[in-house]
Amino acid sequence: MPNDSRFRRLPDPGRRAVAIVFDGRAVQAREGDSVAAAILAAGIAVTRRTPVSGAPRGPYCMMGVCFDCLVEIDGMPNCQACMVEVREGMRVRLMAGARGPGADLQGSKADD
Amino acid sequence: MGETEFAVIGGGLVGMAVAFGLQREGRRVTVFDEGDVAYRASRGNFGLVWVQGKGVGMPDYARWSRLSAALWPELAAELQEDTGLDLELRQPGGFDICLTEEGLAAAAARLDTLHTQLDGDYPFEVLGHNRLREMLPAIGPQVAGAIYGPEDGHTNPLVLLRALTTAFTRRGGAIENGAPVRDIEPQSSGFRIGSDPGWRAEKVVLCAGLGNAQLAPMVGMHAPVKPNRGQVLICERVKPFLPYPTAQIRQVGEGAVQIGDSKEDVGFDDGTTPQVMAAIAKRAVRIFPLLENLRVVRAWGALRVMSPDGHPIYDQSRRHPGAYLVTCHSGVTLAASHALRLAPWIAGGAPPVPYLETFGAERFAVSPPA
Ligand SMILES: Cc1cc2nc3c(=O)[nH]c(=O)nc-3n(C[C@H](O)[C@H](O)[C@H](O)COP(=O)(O)OP(=O)(O)OC[C@H]3O[C@@H](n4cnc5c(N)ncnc54)[C@H](O)[C@@H]3O)c2cc1C
Ligand code: FES
Repeated sequence: MPNDSRFRRLPDPGRRAVAIVFDGRAVQAREGDSVAAAILAAGIAVTRRTPVSGAPRGPYCMMGVCFDCLVEIDGMPNCQACMVEVREGMRVRLMAGARGPGADLQGSKADD
Repeated sequence: MGETEFAVIGGGLVGMAVAFGLQREGRRVTVFDEGDVAYRASRGNFGLVWVQGKGVGMPDYARWSRLSAALWPELAAELQEDTGLDLELRQPGGFDICLTEEGLAAAAARLDTLHTQLDGDYPFEVLGHNRLREMLPAIGPQVAGAIYGPEDGHTNPLVLLRALTTAFTRRGGAIENGAPVRDIEPQSSGFRIGSDPGWRAEKVVLCAGLGNAQLAPMVGMHAPVKPNRGQVLICERVKPFLPYPTAQIRQVGEGAVQIGDSKEDVGFDDGTTPQVMAAIAKRAVRIFPLLENLRVVRAWGALRVMSPDGHPIYDQSRRHPGAYLVTCHSGVTLAASHALRLAPWIAGGAPPVPYLETFGAERFAVSPPA
């Protein structure tokens, strides 16, 4: 799938393809990718909206310190996309503002 | 050699509230602060503007805390006007949540005593589980009840500190950062601050938190304050679920959940320990089970500035007139009283309340050395 990502993968035929879904869109990742790397490579820049002002944010530090890459992964809100490896069939969603406090109020199940 | 009218030693919440208040009275003030290596309760506290329970054993402290809570909206509005900063002050009343019936009964008994000592002028309500649930639907089944204090509230204590500092400097106040004061020498008129040549100040106000213990004897006063550690946890931001502050848990303006806190006698150690953090988290989940899945994103320890009875010390030196001491455990709650009432007294005005002397350090009088 062509995309306009600013990131280009190094040729690495050894790694298996892994399919994940971001907000209903199929994303081709590679085994060993972090969710953030896979999303950026697919040309997706915005992975959350901030709880305070709603401003768009995307992965920034790629090493677990900035918390700008928060996404919902398989129903679990506020996961750091740069710290989680992709798994086949993983469902990732944009983190829209603050999460709910309890299990019952968590982001909707990742089925778009 | 620098010169100033008032030298305020310590740039925490107490020092900055007093310094802002003095500057507001048109005085010339210089704040001396030790810097980032110092122990700073003002940067690690829980942010409550809290009335209930304060003053058990000293009803005047209850009066003084209530006065400050009542003055807080004025302080917040003035600081917001001066600086544009929103202090996130909310005073909807607050809950002290009790997990056991005995705990609830004991808390109620303490407040009953205060209520009697204050001639019935002390509002609070004791709520059992069901009535509490109506106001706080998120409580867990193990909660016995709570005390509701209608005058309780909370604020953002870091914004408070920043706003006091900004307003103070905008009004012409000066701050010497990274300036630990090791010596204060009373002179025939005024004081020398720091070692030669140091600064000359007409008056000196000790607001150095735990540092007061060492500084006070230099100007003929007594400040028997000791550290007491509190550990605090911060959870990720969530949608609003807690419209009131509680003594144990509060949701801050931007959605994060602050969970406190421990009371530990560990000297000058402001670290954290897994055991205490786990105990704090466990209690929080018993109070609000929906917190169970939240991530803790930060934790810290900070040292309270405790006098032997836990109440404030306000004093002026008899031996060296012009030297004052201001220290307390609840520097957030009392910021309004300090800025708007205590500072005008230090500036030379009348005592703000008839009972000010109750807070003198004489109450801890020790027999003079033989
Ligand atoms: C865990 C915890 C929770 C708390 N929760 C609340 C709450 O909910 N509500 C509330 O009202 N209060 C609360 N408090 C208390 C409140 O934080 C303190 O009362 C307040 O911060 C004390 O301010 P301070 O300026 O006296 O002391 P500090 O903040 O400790 O500041 C002292 C300052 O003096 C300076 N200093 C020290 N020695 C010297 C020296 N020799 N020369 C120059 N400068 C010096 C230091 O640099 C420092 O900046 C809490 C405290 C803790 C620890
Ligand atoms: S990109 Fe910074 S924490 Fe993930």
